[in-house]
Amino acid sequence: MTYALELKDLRKSFGKTEIIRGVNLAVLPGERVAVIGPNGAGKSTLFNLISGRFAPSSGEIWLGDQRIDGKKPYEINRLGLSRSFQITNIFPKLSVFENLRCAVLWSLGYRYTFLKFLANLQDANERADRLLRMIHLERKRDVLAMNLTYAEQRALEIGVTIAGGAPVILLDEPTAGMSRSETEHFIELIREVTVGKTLLTVEHDMGVVFGLADKIAVVVYGEVLAFDTPEAVRANARVQEAYLGSPVADAQSGGH
Amino acid sequence: MTADRTSSSRARWIIWGSFALALLVAPWLFSSNLGVTMLCQIGIAIIACLSYNILLGQGGMLSFGHAVYTGLGAFVAMHALNAATGGKPSFALVLLLPLIGGLAGLFFAVLLGYVTTRRSGTTFAMITLGMGELVFAMSLMIPEFFGGEGGISGNRMVEPFMGITFGPQRQVYYLVAFYTFISVAGMYAFTRTPLGRMLNAVRDNAERVEFVGYNAQRIRYLAFIVAGFFAGISGGLAALNFEIVTAEVVGAARSGSYLLFTFLGGATFFFGPIIGAILMVLAFVLFSELTKAWLLYLGLIFMFMVMYAPGGIASLIMLNLRVASYGRLKELLPHYLSMAATGLVALLGVSALTEMVYHRQLDGAAGSTLNFLGLTLDDASTVHWLAAAAVALVGIAAFEWARRRFAQRWHAVQEYIEVEMKKREAAA
Repeated sequence: MTYALELKDLRKSFGKTEIIRGVNLAVLPGERVAVIGPNGAGKSTLFNLISGRFAPSSGEIWLGDQRIDGKKPYEINRLGLSRSFQITNIFPKLSVFENLRCAVLWSLGYRYTFLKFLANLQDANERADRLLRMIHLERKRDVLAMNLTYAEQRALEIGVTIAGGAPVILLDEPTAGMSRSETEHFIELIREVTVGKTLLTVEHDMGVVFGLADKIAVVVYGEVLAFDTPEAVRANARVQEAYLGSPVADAQSGGH
Repeated sequence: MTADRTSSSRARWIIWGSFALALLVAPWLFSSNLGVTMLCQIGIAIIACLSYNILLGQGGMLSFGHAVYTGLGAFVAMHALNAATGGKPSFALVLLLPLIGGLAGLFFAVLLGYVTTRRSGTTFAMITLGMGELVFAMSLMIPEFFGGEGGISGNRMVEPFMGITFGPQRQVYYLVAFYTFISVAGMYAFTRTPLGRMLNAVRDNAERVEFVGYNAQRIRYLAFIVAGFFAGISGGLAALNFEIVTAEVVGAARSGSYLLFTFLGGATFFFGPIIGAILMVLAFVLFSELTKAWLLYLGLIFMFMVMYAPGGIASLIMLNLRVASYGRLKELLPHYLSMAATGLVALLGVSALTEMVYHRQLDGAAGSTLNFLGLTLDDASTVHWLAAAAVALVGIAAFEWARRRFAQRWHAVQEYIEVEMKKREAAA
């Protein structure tokens, strides 16, 4: 059985502090996994290790049958893993359409060419336009990304992430900073655009977590405390003690 | 959609057609020797500034050493001119010489750019500065190649070929114009390609580029090479135009003026550096004749531009075109007039002061009086100093008053446009 994504005894230290302390995780193709845990548990660091932003101190990361730990972000992306960022990370002085087109170019094989005109790349233009409709920004096609509203920028962030058609998607707090109604709307969008993909998402909103995920990974102090179906995780005594029932979690979920 | 396409393709033909036409008729409009000489330099400067803007405006790479690539292109071209000839170059050689310069620029960009573009931001700027100093220092160390203090010179005249010898400036102009057109078109085309667009993406957010499959460093390197190629073409043309190349063409001052005038023209729009290049030649050839203090004025202009219009002249034009397209330009015109009038008074006072200072410090031996726009000023007269200072102060105060009134109206107009845009968007 090949997993879509597999972490084997993954560790990461910054100086003397070990932030990720031996994480093991195996995600099946098509699974939707929510990664939860208190602030500072190492969720974002975990995503940064998987996506190549940082190299792990030790351990292995497998994307399908490719070992990707220590590879550069663009190499990992080309192998079929794409991620979004907690703080919106798009191309501010390019239009919405250009943002999306930039994100599809490599996957369509255009590489670094300067011998073709963008206007003539039908497949890239069609795909960018299709993405534009998928994230419901067709009316903002030619607006510069920096002039979008916050919610629109978050949608564009997702659009740029899925644009290359990577089968494995990592979303780092996609709903961060959104109102309750925006969040519901947005979760629906994420569900639509990630159909058939393997999805890992960091999420604080418990309603979202239990609604969206097939499985939940609970990360506490750099370790995976539990990795199971939502029901099993909810019933897990250690998780309840460490996270779900704690005042921290109450405060966090209540805060949204 | 199709109607849109045809109208935009017609607009493209009109723009490029009139550009070609302008290049063709320019030497008849400015037919004096000085006119044609300046036109040649403008063409050369246009290529140089546009190639610089591939780095600055399109790639967000602040280079302090672009003259290395124009300059080395010029040197290699000059050596090629001298090597192949033994007195008289062939027609084909002169025709292809700018291309030889371009290949030299490309070669050195491949070589030096590999180190330079490994970093971005401040580090990139520092490395380009170091590279520039390095090459300039080498120009003194290797006189065999750089010709020492006197530089190297050559002869562009060929045996007449269909009446063309490249001796007369006008014939050189048409060679310059040809390469200018091709280079401008080529660099514009570059902005419409995948690499050109990803270069914009790297400028905006190099980190994110890495997460959509691209190596940002590779993009910077390739763009640097493209810029080096066009810079070299400009250098090759300069070698032909001046028939002499000295070490200063690779120097920091030259690099600085590319930066300054590209910025003045406007780095955010493709055509901005063209305006900058024209200003550069006007400043170097005409303005420098007018006053010894021209660099000081240039510095002041640059400073005001950075502070008030960081998008350069091109962005000022585009902003006003936008205002005009919403039919609100008319109400701004009186404000422009009052700013121009008060600005002129301020300029008069400030420049009178400046000229008196310069005269006193530099031409003291020639007596205490100087001619300033037909007036005779005396730097020994307290009254003259006070009068000039008064004009300057009144002018500055009046200008500031006019500027504030303009700014108010300008903001009101911009707000109106924002609201209108929202409306149109909602209606769409």
